[in-house]
Amino acid sequence: MSESYMIKVEKLNKSFGDLHVLKDINITVKESDVVCLIGASGSGKSTLLRCLNFLELKDSGNIIFEGEKVEKETHDLNKVREKVGMVFQHFHLFPHMTVLENVMEAPLHVKRQPKDQVKKDAQELLKKVGLSDKENVYPSKLSGGQKQRVAIARALAMKPDIMLFDEPTSALDPELVGEVLSTMKELALEGMTMVVVTHEMGFAREVADWAVYMHDGRIVEVGHPEDLFNSPREQRTKNFLDSVL
Amino acid sequence: MDLLTKFIDTYPVFLKGMLLTFQLTIVAVFIAIFIGLFFAFLKISKMKVLEWIADIYIFLVRGTPLVVQIFIFYFGLTALDISQFWSVVLGLAFHNGAYIAEIFRGSIQSIDKGQMEAGRSLGMTAGLAMRRIILPQAFRRAMPPLGNQFIIALKDSSLASFIGMYELFNVATTYGSNEYDYMSYLLIVAVYYLVLVLIFSILVNMVEKRMASSD
Repeated sequence: MSESYMIKVEKLNKSFGDLHVLKDINITVKESDVVCLIGASGSGKSTLLRCLNFLELKDSGNIIFEGEKVEKETHDLNKVREKVGMVFQHFHLFPHMTVLENVMEAPLHVKRQPKDQVKKDAQELLKKVGLSDKENVYPSKLSGGQKQRVAIARALAMKPDIMLFDEPTSALDPELVGEVLSTMKELALEGMTMVVVTHEMGFAREVADWAVYMHDGRIVEVGHPEDLFNSPREQRTKNFLDSVL
Repeated sequence: MDLLTKFIDTYPVFLKGMLLTFQLTIVAVFIAIFIGLFFAFLKISKMKVLEWIADIYIFLVRGTPLVVQIFIFYFGLTALDISQFWSVVLGLAFHNGAYIAEIFRGSIQSIDKGQMEAGRSLGMTAGLAMRRIILPQAFRRAMPPLGNQFIIALKDSSLASFIGMYELFNVATTYGSNEYDYMSYLLIVAVYYLVLVLIFSILVNMVEKRMASSD
C-alpha cells in the first residue's frame, strides 16, 4: 500500500430516485482506525457504509481502497468485497447451514481453500467469539447476540482488511448488546480497521478513534468522540446528542 | 364380493398400467422441474425480453386445456419419429413446467434480500450466492406446493389414455367396455390412484422433513 489510508471517499454522491441520500461525502479511514458513524435514521450513514463495500453503487465521486480507485467498470467488485467484511443489523446468517458451515462457506467456495485448513480456521474464529460449543447448531437455535457473533466470525473468515458494521446491536435485546460490543472491542484492540454505524454512544466513546456525525446526507462534524460528544461545534450535532444521550 | 373378485382377476394388468402412470409422471415432473427453474430465472431476470418470453409461455399453458396440449405434442412429435411415451412425457412436462416456474419464482422471491447481500458481502458472485445461499432455501420453501403439483401431474397423466397410452385410466375403461361394467372398474382404478397419491404424499413428506432439519 503506497499510502497510509485504508479507504478514502471523495465527493461521493448517491441518490435513490429523487431522494439525494449522500451529498459530497469526504472521509478518509486510516489503517487500524475505528470510526463510528452516528446520526438520526435517514441521515445516510447506512447507505455510506453500503457504498464502501459496493452493495450500493455510487452515482459520482471516488472510492479509493488501499490506494486504488475502485470503479465497477474496471474492477471486479467481488474481489474487492472479499477484503471488506460486513456485519448486518439483522445478522443474515444462512439458516440452512450450521454455525460452522456458515463460517466456512466463503473461504471454501469463494477462495476455494482446502477444507481442512478452512475448518481449522473457522473453529479458531468460533473460539475467539466464544461459540465453540455451538459449531453444529443451526442459527435458529441461537440468541440474537450469539447470531451476531457468528456473523462477525463469518466475516472475519475471509481475513478482511476492514470490517463494516451496520447497526450491529440495534436488533438485539438490551441484555445481549454487551457480548457483541465486547467482541467488537477485542477486534479493535487487535488493530482491525473498523467503520461502525451505531447508536451505542458508550461504545463510540470508549473504542472509536474518531466519530462522524451525519445529518441529511452530509457529514456535519468529525472529531474525537470525547470532543464531539462533550463539546460539539455544530448546533445540529448538539441537538442530536441531546436527544440520544 | 363381485368387485373384489374383479380386482383380484385384473390386478396384473392394472399394476402394469400403474407402472406406466408412475413412469410418465416421474419423468415428466423431473423434466418439468428444469423447465420450471429455467422460466423462473427468466421471470426474475429483470430483463424485459426474457420476462416476456416467460409470460408468453405461462400464458399459453394456462390458457389452453391440457388435453389439447397433449394432442398437439402427440401429433407434432410422433410426426418427428418421437415415441408415444416421450410425446406424452414432454407434453406433461411442458404443462407442469409453467406451474412449477411460478412456484419457484415465488419461493425464490420470498427469501429475504439480506441473504443475497450477505453472500455478496463475502465476495460471492450473484450466481454463486444464488446457488449456495438462495436456491437451497427456496427449494425447501417450494416443497409443499411442489408436492401438490406432483400429485396434480399424477392425476393429469390419465389424459394420456386419450392418445392410447395403456396407463391406469385406459386399463379401467378398456375393461369397462369389454365387460359392460364401467362402474366396477372405475371404482377399482380410483383405488389405484389413491394408493399412488398416498405413496407420493409420503415421499414428499419425507423429503420435506429432511430438508426442514435445520429449523
